[in-house]
Amino acid sequence: MIKRDLVIVGGGPAGLAAAISAYENGIKDILLLERDQYLGGLLNQCIHTGFGIEYFKEVLTGPEYADRFIRKIKNITSIEISLRSFVVRLEKDKTLTYLKPGGLFTVRPRALIMATGCREKTREMVHIPGTRPAGIFSAGLAQKLINIEGLLPGKEVVIIGSGDIGLIMARRFTLEGAEVKGIIEIQPTTRGLLRNVVQCVEDFGIPIYFNHKVLRIHGSDRVEKVSVAKVDEKMNEIAGTEFDIECDTVLVSVGLIPENELIEMAGVIIDKRTNSPVSTEVNKTSVPGIFVCGNSYKVYDYVDSVTVDSQLAGKMAAEYIKGLD
Amino acid sequence: MNLYDIAIIGGGVVGTAIARELSRYRLTIVLFEKEAEVAFGVSKSNSGIIHPGTQNPPASLKGKLCVQGNILTRRLARELAVDFKEAGELIVAFSEEEAGRLIQLKKDAEALGVPRLKIVDKKWLRKNEPNLSGEAIAALYAPTAGIISPYRWVYDLAENAIQNGAEIRTGLEVKKILAKKPRFEIVTQKGAFGARFVINAAGLYADDVSAMSGIKNFKIKPRKGEEFLLDKKLEGLTKHLLFPLPSNISKGILVTRTSDGNPMIGPTAEDVDDKTDLSTTSEGFRKVLEGAHKLVPSINENDVIAYFAGLRPVAGEDFIIRHEDEAPGFINVAGIQSPGLTAAPAIALMVAGILRDHGLLLKKKAVFRKHRKKEYHLFAIPIAKTKKLIKKDASYGDIVCRCEMVSAKEVREAIARGATTMDGIKFRTRAQAGRCHGSFCTTRLMKILAQETGLSRLAVTKRGKGSELVKTGRVSD
Repeated sequence: MIKRDLVIVGGGPAGLAAAISAYENGIKDILLLERDQYLGGLLNQCIHTGFGIEYFKEVLTGPEYADRFIRKIKNITSIEISLRSFVVRLEKDKTLTYLKPGGLFTVRPRALIMATGCREKTREMVHIPGTRPAGIFSAGLAQKLINIEGLLPGKEVVIIGSGDIGLIMARRFTLEGAEVKGIIEIQPTTRGLLRNVVQCVEDFGIPIYFNHKVLRIHGSDRVEKVSVAKVDEKMNEIAGTEFDIECDTVLVSVGLIPENELIEMAGVIIDKRTNSPVSTEVNKTSVPGIFVCGNSYKVYDYVDSVTVDSQLAGKMAAEYIKGLD
Repeated sequence: MNLYDIAIIGGGVVGTAIARELSRYRLTIVLFEKEAEVAFGVSKSNSGIIHPGTQNPPASLKGKLCVQGNILTRRLARELAVDFKEAGELIVAFSEEEAGRLIQLKKDAEALGVPRLKIVDKKWLRKNEPNLSGEAIAALYAPTAGIISPYRWVYDLAENAIQNGAEIRTGLEVKKILAKKPRFEIVTQKGAFGARFVINAAGLYADDVSAMSGIKNFKIKPRKGEEFLLDKKLEGLTKHLLFPLPSNISKGILVTRTSDGNPMIGPTAEDVDDKTDLSTTSEGFRKVLEGAHKLVPSINENDVIAYFAGLRPVAGEDFIIRHEDEAPGFINVAGIQSPGLTAAPAIALMVAGILRDHGLLLKKKAVFRKHRKKEYHLFAIPIAKTKKLIKKDASYGDIVCRCEMVSAKEVREAIARGATTMDGIKFRTRAQAGRCHGSFCTTRLMKILAQETGLSRLAVTKRGKGSELVKTGRVSD
């Protein structure tokens, strides 16, 4: 068993900022675990601009924003970065077990910062009935397929929900030559940022249907169409308003959920509704010495806010460790 | 033209169980499955319950085969290294009138030979099934009910049949069956095959296949069932499989669980006309929730993490398993609805008997490999064991699916064992079956599948031709 002052789980914007901040606040023995083969997390697939406006007062792409922190952390030799490292277990005393190709390791830190990000809600979580053909993707998966893998998921797209990733993907699909036939939003307004509605949807003339819901997905092998209807204030469909949109692809963009299954394993109290830790103060959890920051603490609109709150988490963890001595 | 002693049409649990049983004899066997992989038809949507035999008419063939099948499945599962969990079932009564019906149910089941049945009272239920509704007043307890993974079961039956020399040809649809005495000629889209005996285990399409050889004495009517899976966090929700009292057409809405530990609620039972209608509905969801609430009031609709629909191939009340004298050598195994999964090994024995009765010599092979080597799933083993595996092979430490903890090694092994599609990988390994439904691991799985099969990523499908995941890509693909 290895002992460490501080372990940080997650090498996305939250983990990077927290690690650097903890170092700057006097902690020198830091291990950062990242399950992917590179740092930067989800920012790597966010090749659009709009990052850093608040924090750097500049307009950056996601990879550029991440790169500023990656360069910085790589210069700090006392932060050990372990890639392809997947945490499988977390115990009450903060002992972590993680897998890496070739080995299974245990480490017990004095403080732990979880920066595990969030995942997208699925079609199943919002109970959209119908069939289960190929062609249904979370907006984030479609983004990865196009931007990282160079694969275009489909040619005629309907987007369920108007979350930011969905809005951004509406533009991305259009730029790749696909036709976005509509965005279906059950609420009367968008759940994304206004700037995304303007720049990604309205500027491209993409139809957006507020107060509408998808009643059913059709198609046996591949998506063929969706049935849509208008809803009343109680989100119930209004009879006679049903219509079909033919499409080969459905993107689901109905919200994000913090990824906190690991700390739940360690007995941290989680709010069942939001999947965030129950907390008296930002970044804190019910277990002393376990901190949560970034989108795993709560889902933020801007990466700039993730950075600022994660820096605070780094500082809080540093103070906690110093307080133990 | 390739010639065989036996041609089996249909790669579901029935067809593969027959193939495996017959593979112990000196016979040449071929099995045709029209889908990309075995288990992709009726079997994949099965609820995975190995029934004790409690809810069948006493004189029925399906009742008899179910009771035999329950015993045979245990032995076969050990031989094939498939997880079988004995969970026990409770058929729950909510009124005095229902409690009275339990007595008749118990008598009927005992007449069929179902062992160790017991009627239990409210006090017993409180103690042994604490989340069961307080309204329940009694139950019929059948301890021999069990759980198995229906698709892994079919895959392993198929794999062992192949090890013993059977040929399994997937993606081949039978178009015509010509009687050219003394053999049949089976015409597929990829050529014709000759066989002395044809066994029709074509599930929903058994009536169409039967008609190809001139036998039109039954019709398959699909009966749809919608099932809803709950979060694995609720694994301990119930100890037993919970049933209401059965109706005429189904066993009702149940609270069970999968062999991987997710509680499952359902199924509905609705007669439909379309043999391809696998859609779930909001009415189905409401019905299932209502039925499940009656048994376990604490179930919350927000705990539902996945759902699917399946079709039962119904041909009247009972199974049809017979040699068709008007087409000598043609055996129908049709209408295998519930409890078909349980009965399958018994059906296979019965079919072997029919073959013998019709002149086929069943001579045992000198070497029959009845055991299959178990594959490891990281999600299902203790961490100390994982450590040993990684020492042996580093790629066990390369996690592909984070929600269900599936390694690259397991994915490659699944492909080596016959997975050719994304669903095939999911059913075998659980990769994509967790909370994120494949959002994080799909691209990696596509790459591994492409690498291992030599296909382009553009050719990677969800479940066979027509279900390609992506439409276009870079020229290099």
